[in-house]
Amino acid sequence: MTLTRTQPESTPGTIARSARGLHSIRDVFTNPKYGPVIVTGLLLVGMFIYGMSQYRGFTNPQIVVNLLIDNAHLVVLAVGMTFVILTAGIDLSVGAVLALATMMTASMAQSGLPAGVIIPLILVSTTVLGLLVGVMVHYFDIQPFIATLAAMFLARGLCYVISAKSISIEAPFFTMMGQTRLRVFGLSITPSVIVAVLVVIIAVILLRYTRFGRTVYAIGGSEASSTLMGLPVARTKVLVYAISGFCSGLAGVLYTFYTLSGYALTAVGTELDAIAAVVIGGTLLTGGYGSVLGSVLGVLVLGTIQTLITFDGTLTSWWTKIFIGALLLIFIVLQKVLTLRRG
Amino acid sequence: MTLLKRITSSKLFWPIAMLLALLVIDVIAFPGFFTIQIREGALYGSVIDILRNGSPTLMIAIGMTLVIATQGIDLSVGSVCAIAGAVAAAIILGSPNPDSVGTTIVAIGTAIAVSLVLGIWNGALVAVIGIQPIVATLILMTAGRGIAMLITKGQIITVSSDAFRYLGSGVIFGVPFAVVAAAVTVAFAGLLTRRTALGLFIESTGINARASRMAGIRARGLLILVYVFCALCSAVAGLILTSSQTAADANNTGLFIELDAILAVVIGGTSLMGGRYSLWGTVVGALVIQTLVTTVYTVGIPPIVTMVFKAAVVAAVCLLQSPKTAEYLNAWRRRRVLRTEVAAS
Repeated sequence: MTLTRTQPESTPGTIARSARGLHSIRDVFTNPKYGPVIVTGLLLVGMFIYGMSQYRGFTNPQIVVNLLIDNAHLVVLAVGMTFVILTAGIDLSVGAVLALATMMTASMAQSGLPAGVIIPLILVSTTVLGLLVGVMVHYFDIQPFIATLAAMFLARGLCYVISAKSISIEAPFFTMMGQTRLRVFGLSITPSVIVAVLVVIIAVILLRYTRFGRTVYAIGGSEASSTLMGLPVARTKVLVYAISGFCSGLAGVLYTFYTLSGYALTAVGTELDAIAAVVIGGTLLTGGYGSVLGSVLGVLVLGTIQTLITFDGTLTSWWTKIFIGALLLIFIVLQKVLTLRRG
Repeated sequence: MTLLKRITSSKLFWPIAMLLALLVIDVIAFPGFFTIQIREGALYGSVIDILRNGSPTLMIAIGMTLVIATQGIDLSVGSVCAIAGAVAAAIILGSPNPDSVGTTIVAIGTAIAVSLVLGIWNGALVAVIGIQPIVATLILMTAGRGIAMLITKGQIITVSSDAFRYLGSGVIFGVPFAVVAAAVTVAFAGLLTRRTALGLFIESTGINARASRMAGIRARGLLILVYVFCALCSAVAGLILTSSQTAADANNTGLFIELDAILAVVIGGTSLMGGRYSLWGTVVGALVIQTLVTTVYTVGIPPIVTMVFKAAVVAAVCLLQSPKTAEYLNAWRRRRVLRTEVAAS
């Protein structure tokens, strides 16, 4: 993963030293591992500085926490998506599976099942759905794009089978989870934020410190080589889609805390937001490079764009889509340039 | 036997069988399914409805077939539909006499010109910068709805022009205009790619881009051309959709139509891996999808559940087409034969 580069050898004097300094700065930016993440981080900081200089409300640290509160579900989705994209796959079904989870939660809560039964049931069923997609992708060699497309149709269709109308949730557990505000360092956060942060921590540990995580990166680097090295490619690839399914289900549960309802048309197009967040966060779509923390940064960038547009007031909300599209373009071209340099 | 084998081994066998099966279900559920009436010089009937409602999907699917043949994909078709509809509607709304044919021609011309630019944009991202097609077109898919919203200023523009309404509800010799437009698209694509070497070039680029370049095919121009054609098809489909809804809705015009179009291509037997493509297969595929939707209506299942059936069809078709499935089946058959031989001896 690390490339050795021949250092320009011992030309004495300050010029050479400064050139070496420039080299190392350039190396940091063109490193596919950190470059895009650093650019995203700088972008985020820049947007915040701009926001603070323009609007007084922006200096409140609660703004950052609100980003997490409003986007807890997207963080969880992006984490699952990161796993899939790291193996050079893609999961288009996350938005639809999220909607299915909200519908299942709402209808089961309506029939009086306790939350302790509903939530595990949903997590298991969405994981199984992801598992099936993984089997289709790996064992039947169906492109991830089309296999997850089928899952997307299935999940949206099942939403309508449950109900075409929105179902509101009145179960005490869900209203409690939706309304509780915890005070941490003088900031108020929701339980969903804690769940999302936990998911991120677990994902970071999984990817960075376990054999499974290393195999995920290896498959993204080269599936053929991983197979030849004797890595458990089949198991890992199937698991990755199962993880994405699990995350979509969990994101759906978090979403019901947020909206206290289930609706078949929720989160249309969220899969694109999740993909955009992952790409902006520096994960290469060709797999092998990227990180969960980058994806979290990506979600924060998307959230900040939305907040800036809300603060501005003169720009209308559809500018969000155009901005996201433009950012996607910039980051993809950036990735292309970086991989070219390395290639 | 040989004739039967030749029929069943044809690539079009399964899609056509699926189409026939659906039609049989329709006739059983609704005996008058095939009746076609002539009312006020226009044809009416379920079959005509299938053709008319299926034609926007069919048009886009034809463009998509060529894109997929080059090993690409175009996710932005739905957004292009919405932009084309929005542009035309905005021009008609802003003109002093919206009913005149001249205004409509200007509106349609501008919408098509805009779509050509969008097609060049997609093609340039793929062919010049070298971004994966899924991602390159994802950009326009996301930003495109925003652009369409910008054009309509976030409102649903009602189009009240009589001349524009012709696109969606006009008839030529009794046949709906949309069907004629779709037929012209198929014929145009067929003539252009099958009567010239263009189709061969597209297929060879899809199979091995590098080898084709070595052989002297200018892949760059070819790719851009294919994306432009796809955008053009989407724009015409978008105009027809906008006209038949008599409104430009930036959020919902052509929503999910990219999925239907891709589905039609896949059902028609064109592989997503690029290479060989079949325009007739796509035609059958688009008809299968629209017939499926109609069948669901006729049988009396709530129409929104169609997506579950579509999911089943996608999964089944992909599994049937996958070479791995054939491998597994063959291995299973061989084992069974061996087992019976062992048992017999």
